[in-house]
Amino acid sequence: MTTTDKTKKSFTGTQSYIATDDLQLAVNAAMTLQKPLLIKGEPGTGKTLLAEEVAESLGMPLITWHIKSTTKAEQGLYEYDAVSRLRDSQLGDDKVYEIGNYIKPGKLWDAFTSNERSVLLIDEIDKADIEFPNDLLHELDKMSFYVYETGETITAAQRPVVIITSNNEKELPDAFLRRCFFHYIDFPEEDTMRQIIDVHFPNIQEKLVNDALDIFYKLRNVQGLKKPPSTSELVDWLTLLLADDMAQAELEENLRGEKSIPPLYGALLKNEADVNLLQRFANMMRR
Amino acid sequence: MFIKLFYTLRTYGVPVSTRELLDLNAALDQGLMMQTHPENPELSTFASRDDMYRLIRLCMVKDERHFDKFDRAMSDYFEGVDSLDMDELLAKLTDIPKEWLDLKLDPKNLTEEQRRLLKKYGSLEELMKALEERLKEQKERHQGGSKWVGTGGTSPFGAYGDHPEGVRVGGESRKRSAAKVWEQRKYRNLDDDSQLGTRQIQMALRNLRQFARTGSADELDIHETIKRTAKKGVLDIHMQAERRNRVKVLMLFDVGGSMDVHVEALEKLFSAARNEFKTLEFFYFHNCLYDYVWKDNNRRHSAPMPTYELLNKYGREYRVIFVGDASMSPYELMTVGGSVEYMNNEAGIVWLKRVLEHFDKVAWLNPEAPSYWQYTQTIVEIKKIFDNKMYPMTLHGVEEMTNYMAR
Repeated sequence: MTTTDKTKKSFTGTQSYIATDDLQLAVNAAMTLQKPLLIKGEPGTGKTLLAEEVAESLGMPLITWHIKSTTKAEQGLYEYDAVSRLRDSQLGDDKVYEIGNYIKPGKLWDAFTSNERSVLLIDEIDKADIEFPNDLLHELDKMSFYVYETGETITAAQRPVVIITSNNEKELPDAFLRRCFFHYIDFPEEDTMRQIIDVHFPNIQEKLVNDALDIFYKLRNVQGLKKPPSTSELVDWLTLLLADDMAQAELEENLRGEKSIPPLYGALLKNEADVNLLQRFANMMRR
Repeated sequence: MFIKLFYTLRTYGVPVSTRELLDLNAALDQGLMMQTHPENPELSTFASRDDMYRLIRLCMVKDERHFDKFDRAMSDYFEGVDSLDMDELLAKLTDIPKEWLDLKLDPKNLTEEQRRLLKKYGSLEELMKALEERLKEQKERHQGGSKWVGTGGTSPFGAYGDHPEGVRVGGESRKRSAAKVWEQRKYRNLDDDSQLGTRQIQMALRNLRQFARTGSADELDIHETIKRTAKKGVLDIHMQAERRNRVKVLMLFDVGGSMDVHVEALEKLFSAARNEFKTLEFFYFHNCLYDYVWKDNNRRHSAPMPTYELLNKYGREYRVIFVGDASMSPYELMTVGGSVEYMNNEAGIVWLKRVLEHFDKVAWLNPEAPSYWQYTQTIVEIKKIFDNKMYPMTLHGVEEMTNYMAR
């Protein structure tokens, strides 16, 4: 056994984040074996939040790299600002002789050179070009990269905990997947959902939770919704319901079948077509 | 360790490599599966079977599409139940009228002795062979009894019955206790071959691209500008053309007749392709390609386009995708005058071969499930003509096709 002291700390969820057994195991395995952890799952199941909570619960700094369709792999390592250097050379600035002045460290660089072990979140990796993950293979595997301009090699003193999220918009290359652990966040079952509600609203009435969950799961079962509501929508909705006594009364009417659309539905359904669908569906049920 | 599990996973089509196996062993070596007793390390216990399942899945599976295969493989590994050929078997059974398999009898519970008495078939292959023979002999619906395929009996084939090695045909499993995680198979609908949405198709089609800088030079080439400026000592601006996907795609859709059931899938494919490719041409044909195609289904008789013209107009660099079920009467494909619509002077197969010769890359996308292909003569034939470049219209199939075409 070669377990180091660093890895003895293990992740068990936090006061505001419920982690299922699978998820805890996934995070702890990724930390112990120092491999990146790839997280997938329905939108709104807390993929991005996971990294924040891991960082907070283990007291590590969090470095977040949000990926966009225009993001390039090299930007995560460093960027060489040639234009500034060109300008400085025309102005006769002495800075220009030191190339290091024009190297801007990226997020990976920050994470590798951090004084303590950090959590690096690579958020929504599927948004980038399909070649993007391939360009990071070596860097994530060896946790080091070479800076051509200055000839130095940046190596991670403490391998960061790398958490990568994906919304499945693109296939990730096999070579990349091989280097990661993979975890798929299932949509929470009712028990887990109650725990989640408990952490968010410690003083909520039992009845309101029952009513809300009843409607929520019914709504998720409606066939053909473009975006079924997920955990984050439920939490938003409950926040609104708590602030509005009228709406709570309406909730009961809704359950008795006197009203077709749940109150404050805007928090649950984000799509006009979905609202229409629900209305039609409810009208059909009433007949 | 876990060598046998590793090969079981591979047999079930879960893509695992040595690296995953080593990771799993490393994870165990690091003591991840030990539940350390807080005070006395001597009392540490090995984790539960569910934890083991989670760890193996974490290390071995890299995509939720493979979860279902993984669950089946685990169930095989731990129980020795071979469910591998189930799909193949079910495909074979589609010839049996559905009502034969409808549930009528309550499931029987046999005594141990009766079970032992039941004829045991050695391997799955023998069972399959026997099944095929039975199917040939069987003429009527069957229920109960101990030989024919049906429900509630003790024959090895059929549903809700009781045979120690039975092959379940249709219906839900009742005899099994579905306590274990991997038997719930809750990831079934994430499997590779489920129907796809437009966005997913578009992502799959995106693999098909050939980048090139074409058009007017209207983008600043920073690197070249700096290089030139450094050389000359004065600012020398260099422009370049934008990088564009210049792949050209020609799609030929089979419409009408047996294709009507696939209309929804075709619409998705078409809208995805239209969004993805700047240069996309499409034409329609009916059942098989003959000497003309058309672009507007309402004006197909007034505005046909001769197939020869198609071959002339579009260069060999066009990637050609046929979309159709390739299911027709063999005459429509093989003989002169075989078309259902008019007198064709040349057989459909001649036209298909012409297209294949003219273009560099031609593929066929088939919305029928691949498990049915072998039962339709013309699908087998066309697949042969296309040098096996026939792909199912699933995410996986479209991906494989684009990989072939992008090469």
